[in-house]
Amino acid sequence: MAIDRLTEDGFLTTRLDEVINWARKNSLWPMPMGISCCAIEMMATASPRFDISRFGSEVMRFTPRQCDVMIVAGTVTYKMAKVVRKIYDQMPEPKWVISMGACASSGGMFRSYSVVQGIDQFMPVDVFVAGCPPRPENLLSGLMALQKKVEHDRTIGNFLHKSPLFIPDVPAPRSAGQVA
Amino acid sequence: MNDLIVQKLKTLPGAVEATQEFRGDLTVQVRREDIVKVCRFLKDDYDLSFDMVIDLLGVDMYRPEDRFEVVYVLYSLKNKKYLRLKVLVQEDNPVVETVGSVWSGAGWHEREVYDMFGIKFKGHPDLRRMYMPEEFEYFPLRKDFPTMGITDSIPLPRK
Repeated sequence: MAIDRLTEDGFLTTRLDEVINWARKNSLWPMPMGISCCAIEMMATASPRFDISRFGSEVMRFTPRQCDVMIVAGTVTYKMAKVVRKIYDQMPEPKWVISMGACASSGGMFRSYSVVQGIDQFMPVDVFVAGCPPRPENLLSGLMALQKKVEHDRTIGNFLHKSPLFIPDVPAPRSAGQVA
Repeated sequence: MNDLIVQKLKTLPGAVEATQEFRGDLTVQVRREDIVKVCRFLKDDYDLSFDMVIDLLGVDMYRPEDRFEVVYVLYSLKNKKYLRLKVLVQEDNPVVETVGSVWSGAGWHEREVYDMFGIKFKGHPDLRRMYMPEEFEYFPLRKDFPTMGITDSIPLPRK
């Protein structure tokens, strides 16, 4: 966007897609689906030290009706899968899912009859975050990867042409060890 | 103390099948039909007063005779004394009488044993599954149940 024009002429021109995506990606309100130890790291991510509010995602809502992104943080058992799916279904569109940690992504160390071996078996997932549990930096990196994805969404295009979602190649997120 | 318990249990004829002592801990194998009688006696007896059921668990020994065991871990607050009771259960008729009438807290443990091993507790007021979904047909802690479960035995929500 040509911000410098704003000071001269008092207006700017841009694509509607970009404005909507810019607004969306900077206020992704999470649904904290904390079901085991990953939730502790998710809480730490919201703490002042890591400060998820730098990315506009500090508003953790405990009702799915007000959320954009579900952070599934923990071991999902078969019994819990129905609950997770129900809460996901209650979230308004557009919505995204971050699968946080080894358990949610692949069953993790629980290779057993009671644990779902990856939540992508019953719901769509946008970003997988590795780790057991992932450090807060890693979750933030996952959130930034999701922001990139939202940024390239064809919001108006999808609406007008009812085409399937355009999903661009997302650059690989920075690993947790790297510091900006 | 252990001698006293064994001696007192002799007043119930035929109830005790075997006793075993290991480093001061007493294990008593009780006849299946007499378990409620024995538990009631151990709780009500003034000198013993085993007033607390610490745990109640099932074991799958995976042998042709007496496949399952139900183990009762009791504690006497008065004597600071643990006692283990054991009952042998057959595979073709896995039924034990409930001790919920003696210690009402045992009902929860019995539900857990039923969920994991399929041992039924006769007279239990609410013998539902504890961890697994109600429509699940298997008993996961039996030795012949595969660790990864049985495919499609628990339905997942549709994607």
